[in-house]
Amino acid sequence: MYRSNVLVCGGTGCTSSNSQAIIAKLNEEIKSRGLQDEINVVQTGCFGLCALGPIMIVYPEGSFYSRVKVEDIPEIVEEHLVKGNVVKHLLYKETVRGDEIVGLSETAFYAKQHRLALKNCGVINPERIDEYIAMDGYQALAKVLTKMTPEDVVNEITKSGLRGRGGGGFPTGRKWSFAAMQKADQKYVCCNADEGDPGAFMDRSVLEGDPHTVLEAMAIAGYAIGASQGYIYVRAEYPIAVKRLQIAINQAHEYGLLGDNILGTGFKFDVQLRLGAGAFVCGEETALLTSIEGNRGEPRPRPPFPAVKGLFQKPTILNNVETYANVCQIILKGADWFSSIGTEKSKGTKVFALGGKIEHTGLVEVPMGTTLREIIEEIGGGVPNGKKFKAAQTGGPSGGCIPAEHMDVPIDYDNLIAIGSMMGSGGLIVMDETTCMVDIAKFFLEFTVDESCGKCTPCRIGTRRLLEMLDKITKGQGTLEMLDEMEQLCYYIKDNSLCGLGQTAPNPVLATLKYFRDEYIAHVVDKKCPAGVCKSLLTISIDPDKCKGCTMCARVCPAGAISGTVKNPHVVDQSKCVKCGACMEKCKFGAISKS
Amino acid sequence: MQKKISSIPFSGTPEQEAKLKEIISRHKDDPGAVMPVLQEAQDVYGYLPIEVQTMIAEGLNVPLEEVYGVSTFYSQFALSPKGKYNISVCLGTACYVKGSGLLLEELTKQLGIGAEECTPDGEFSLTACRCIGACGLAPVLTVNDDVYGRLVPDDIKGIIDKYKA
Repeated sequence: MYRSNVLVCGGTGCTSSNSQAIIAKLNEEIKSRGLQDEINVVQTGCFGLCALGPIMIVYPEGSFYSRVKVEDIPEIVEEHLVKGNVVKHLLYKETVRGDEIVGLSETAFYAKQHRLALKNCGVINPERIDEYIAMDGYQALAKVLTKMTPEDVVNEITKSGLRGRGGGGFPTGRKWSFAAMQKADQKYVCCNADEGDPGAFMDRSVLEGDPHTVLEAMAIAGYAIGASQGYIYVRAEYPIAVKRLQIAINQAHEYGLLGDNILGTGFKFDVQLRLGAGAFVCGEETALLTSIEGNRGEPRPRPPFPAVKGLFQKPTILNNVETYANVCQIILKGADWFSSIGTEKSKGTKVFALGGKIEHTGLVEVPMGTTLREIIEEIGGGVPNGKKFKAAQTGGPSGGCIPAEHMDVPIDYDNLIAIGSMMGSGGLIVMDETTCMVDIAKFFLEFTVDESCGKCTPCRIGTRRLLEMLDKITKGQGTLEMLDEMEQLCYYIKDNSLCGLGQTAPNPVLATLKYFRDEYIAHVVDKKCPAGVCKSLLTISIDPDKCKGCTMCARVCPAGAISGTVKNPHVVDQSKCVKCGACMEKCKFGAISKS
Repeated sequence: MQKKISSIPFSGTPEQEAKLKEIISRHKDDPGAVMPVLQEAQDVYGYLPIEVQTMIAEGLNVPLEEVYGVSTFYSQFALSPKGKYNISVCLGTACYVKGSGLLLEELTKQLGIGAEECTPDGEFSLTACRCIGACGLAPVLTVNDDVYGRLVPDDIKGIIDKYKA
């Protein structure tokens, strides 16, 4: 037993801000005081509050240190761990209320969360199977193998109302039952960990923080449908997740929880990793399976559905990481418990990756039916720097945006589709008044044009034509007719593309046209970008009343576009100006503005 | 995505070739071996010149066009060599709305090369990548394995100088 446990986040966000060096320094300081048998340093998965990384929590007190620096470590070790005085000035300020220090669960960020898929993230050391087992790990697998028939398992999952967390929201139990019905010599259980949405990192956090839960759930799925082989298709861009998954697979083998004759029941199941190579389309189920087969990740027409003919032409189920992360608890606590959480048609919780213009960037898990306002204003701490909220983007390049007027809609699969967006995998990017919605639509179209696999024409050529029109609009060459043409083309692409990528690619355009048409009109008619983003439409000018003639702007201008003499107001030559804004940053008198 | 194909002559060593042969023989009987082999081959050579792809095609006994089809499909596979220091700017949504596009512009200005290019001295190469998942630190760039976050364009020069010989 240790008298103190120091938990340091080893997720990607905190590792990027140097948590490894902090762990090394902690161990060094603790060892130099001979305390290594009293104090345990644990590297965990993501705590969720990535904006405050690197994060460190000291138990039993539960003191939450944020943005920890290597230089802070000697003080924390000496004062807190040796003398028992919490180092208040290094704590997360929300946990300090006057003289009182409150627990993390009482902070605005955590209070409204309901951690189910993320239950073990930030709690256990993901590289030690014993810690997972101590948190009821592999009990669900033991339960299904000894007390349930495969049909019982499928029924329990169906009854729970669990729907796919990767975006589509298809009922997981139904998917499993289709595959279970098939007769075949071999079936496969696959896990989609190719989290391609730019700005989404839910699945990565689960894999990094709690890899065993995915393995256990896949084994349960294998038992339910009669498969003995599983594949996890994981992005190569997630090296920490890949490493921890491999460690977890090896440990599960050692413990007899994967492989032949699991828990002495004769059930056989194994899992292999396959690394993705950076293709967004591989998040689509048939494309992912084609990629595991070693080919170009192009989608296949459905039917036949993967449950009938999937990987290597055999019946296959493919679920997303977060979906699997719910399975073990449904088995242990029952379908009724799970379906008591959430809304009528969307059960359980959803993990969101909060990003963009928001105070608390990070990972949150809330019951279905929570409103966007609660997530952004209460949990996320609102938009920073006193700026005004404009929209939240969900569903990445396949999704849409939710404007301020819909902030009180309870979030679930069906409500989001009704307001022209989608759940997607859970990326939630907040945009403020300085974000141009036309530019954002263009950003997503650039992405889909790049990532379109090229197999079907509506997607390959249609998205390119859309992008060209958007490009013209941001350059002030658009017309009102172009907006209608764009809308028509959007519906054409949606109706005629082969796979989910093309069918959803126009969504960012449609959603911004629907809610922010005035911004498009400003670009097209007034030739102005209200947010001040589209450079071709900006004019930089100097207010002669405020300009003191210090010449600073003329000196920093890379284009030589500013002229004037000392102590006299300067002027911008619009034909030379490249609108880089360097002059604005340097002006001490606030005399330069863009409009 | 269009790939830049290198015009620099191939200069593989016998050691590298031995490693490649070992990789091929290890995966030869796996179903769907092309991707894992290309991934490991890229770790050995740093990129995938046509000579390497030919060896893979012959070793796995699949048509070269199939190997080439896979290597050009996935953005992770590079057909040109990377610089000694590869600077990768995240253009994921979270970074983009926080101004990572401006970081890329500044890098292009400082290094004189565009995305997916390498400086003539082979020191720096520049790539625009998708989300690396460090959204809490947005905007983010990486230089080889070092991550730099919460950046503004004025930070770029200091970062480049750190790696200049």
